[in-house]
Amino acid sequence: MTTLVIAEPSAEGVKVPTLTTLGAASKLGGEVHVLVLGQGVGAVADATAQVAGVAKVLTADAAELAHGLAENVAPLVVNLVQAGGYGHVLAPSTTFGKNVAPRVAALLDVAQISDITGVESADTFTRPIYAGNAIATVQSSDPVKVATVRGTAFEAVAATGGSASVEAASGATDSGLSKFVSQEVSKSERPELTSARVIVSGGRGMQSGDNFPLLEALADKLGAAVGASRAAVDAGFVPNDYQVGQTGKIVAPELYIAVGISGAIQHLAGMKDSKVIVAINKDEEAPIFQIADYGLVADLFKAVPELTAEI
Amino acid sequence: MKVLVAVKRVVDYNVKVRVKADGTGVDTANVKMSMNPFDEIAVEEAVRLKEAGKATEIVVVSVGPTQAQETLRTALAMGADRAILVQSDAETQPLGVAKALKALAEKEQPGLVILGKQAIDDDANQTGQMLAALLGWAQGTFASKVVPAEGTVAVTREIDGGLETVDLKLPAVVTTDLRLNEPRYASLPNIMKAKKKPLETVDAASLGVDLAPRLKTLKVAEPAKRAGGVKVGSVQELVAKLKTEARVI
Ligand SMILES: Cc1cc2nc3c(=O)[nH]c(=O)nc-3n(C[C@H](O)[C@H](O)[C@H](O)COP(=O)(O)OP(=O)(O)OC[C@H]3O[C@@H](n4cnc5c(N)ncnc54)[C@H](O)[C@@H]3O)c2cc1C
Ligand SMILES: Nc1ncnc2c1ncn2[C@@H]1O[C@H](COP(=O)(O)O)[C@@H](O)[C@H]1O
Repeated sequence: MTTLVIAEPSAEGVKVPTLTTLGAASKLGGEVHVLVLGQGVGAVADATAQVAGVAKVLTADAAELAHGLAENVAPLVVNLVQAGGYGHVLAPSTTFGKNVAPRVAALLDVAQISDITGVESADTFTRPIYAGNAIATVQSSDPVKVATVRGTAFEAVAATGGSASVEAASGATDSGLSKFVSQEVSKSERPELTSARVIVSGGRGMQSGDNFPLLEALADKLGAAVGASRAAVDAGFVPNDYQVGQTGKIVAPELYIAVGISGAIQHLAGMKDSKVIVAINKDEEAPIFQIADYGLVADLFKAVPELTAEI
Repeated sequence: MKVLVAVKRVVDYNVKVRVKADGTGVDTANVKMSMNPFDEIAVEEAVRLKEAGKATEIVVVSVGPTQAQETLRTALAMGADRAILVQSDAETQPLGVAKALKALAEKEQPGLVILGKQAIDDDANQTGQMLAALLGWAQGTFASKVVPAEGTVAVTREIDGGLETVDLKLPAVVTTDLRLNEPRYASLPNIMKAKKKPLETVDAASLGVDLAPRLKTLKVAEPAKRAGGVKVGSVQELVAKLKTEARVI
């Protein structure tokens, strides 16, 4: 059985979520094809053809696909699945993948397995439920298995070493249902949250967005990304895409430093697979200390500048 | 414009669930149940659209057991006009729920269907997208702003890199993210009034829908536990441990 991986749209190069999704695909055992879609994606398709383990790259290059609108992408994927006889369709658990994959699954009249963290066999997968407080093993008897893949649970495949063929996938059309209007992308020189080696996150304890430069100074010294709890985002300290947690981004860096974050289960769900967790909180009873490898009971306004100076 | 809102009864977000010893699921006996938090946001948005004169009627729907009537009553107390329970005692899965909602959407002909982006029990994040697919409608997922206009709705979406705005043809499906609004608490008089609002019960078969789960749960297990850590006495000690013990900096 062949697997179709829907690549994370990219303006240049192959994105990490595509590589980790390919990591999951490699566990299924069959041949792996990758759909690269967007507008002007020739170079990205060529880069994808170099990725280890990819047999074929399908390129859907069309103006209608420029913004990855689900209404236009899903029918294209469904056509490919029906024509190509794919047994599995995998997409990364990014906001792109989560938006598109269920639309594909419903059009195929199959269930979707969300956010898989393990491949037991070609039809059996593990996935977290209840904010990661339980892990379910689920089996699908549908003819096509559509799944989204949790990036932190799989090893990224090597970006080089492959030599896939590249083929054009035609048939993209504008559904006429939706139109892209605008995008406000947060600009940052720092690494992306989901692929950073170190993350410094701030919570309500930061008191205001004006205090986030304290964390940014620390992050700059460590080459870290900056994240946040929901409370910090809701209060407007930082933009929405900083949110780590059950309903935000799932991260698993080498080092996660939680500053002024209490440790609600919804937050832990997004970061408890980090290798080393540090918590700085003035309340020694804060639940975050139960999962932190190193806990420092201190006022963050004193401890963070000290830490930045010390490193 | 009529607005249809889907609400699910789930284990309250404050409850730390326990996995059953026999590995068949999580313990939901004597556990506090509430409306899925994202669905409260969905109901609130519909009520605000009505208050702004943009919605005429709000119909709330739940697929689940008899007890889901309480969830529907909560939505009625928040300001919905009437409720429909699609009675089902088995576990519901997104594709089946989407099919039931599709059947009701065809009957009710809403201009907008609002769902939560994710149910906090199954963490699936699928139902709205599936419903939009089955209806052949546009989808505005993870919405942080919803602005209806003549024949279209502008939806601002929370995406990985920031925010994106799309214009959708109506009728459309919208799923809510956390920043869309802050749901109100139902006042006591409104809770009393809600008891008199119409609540209809239908079964899935009468809608011609098969709710049987497609995915079989073979096992539910506890996640790997983190070994407890240590408290350090100072920033200097922390830095030393990170350098020599954990070796991450
Ligand atoms: C449906 C739903 C989804 C959710 N999804 C998410 C999610 O994805 N991610 C997420 O993070 N949350 C999520 N939440 C919210 C979650 O339940 C918590 O409310 C949130 O994580 C709390 O954020 P916090 O720890 O920053 O704030 P608080 O719980 O208020 O904690 C602030 C902490 O800062 C400490 N502090 C204050 N001042 C100082 C100081 N000067 N020095 C040191 N420490 C200080 C305090 O002791 C306290 O422990 C969700 C909730 C719901 C209902
Ligand atoms: N059984 C149900 N009854 C009513 N609405 C539901 C049900 N299941 C899911 N939904 C809706 O679909 C959204 C997403 O759920 P899910 O796809 O399961 O994460 C929820 O926030 C609800 O709005």
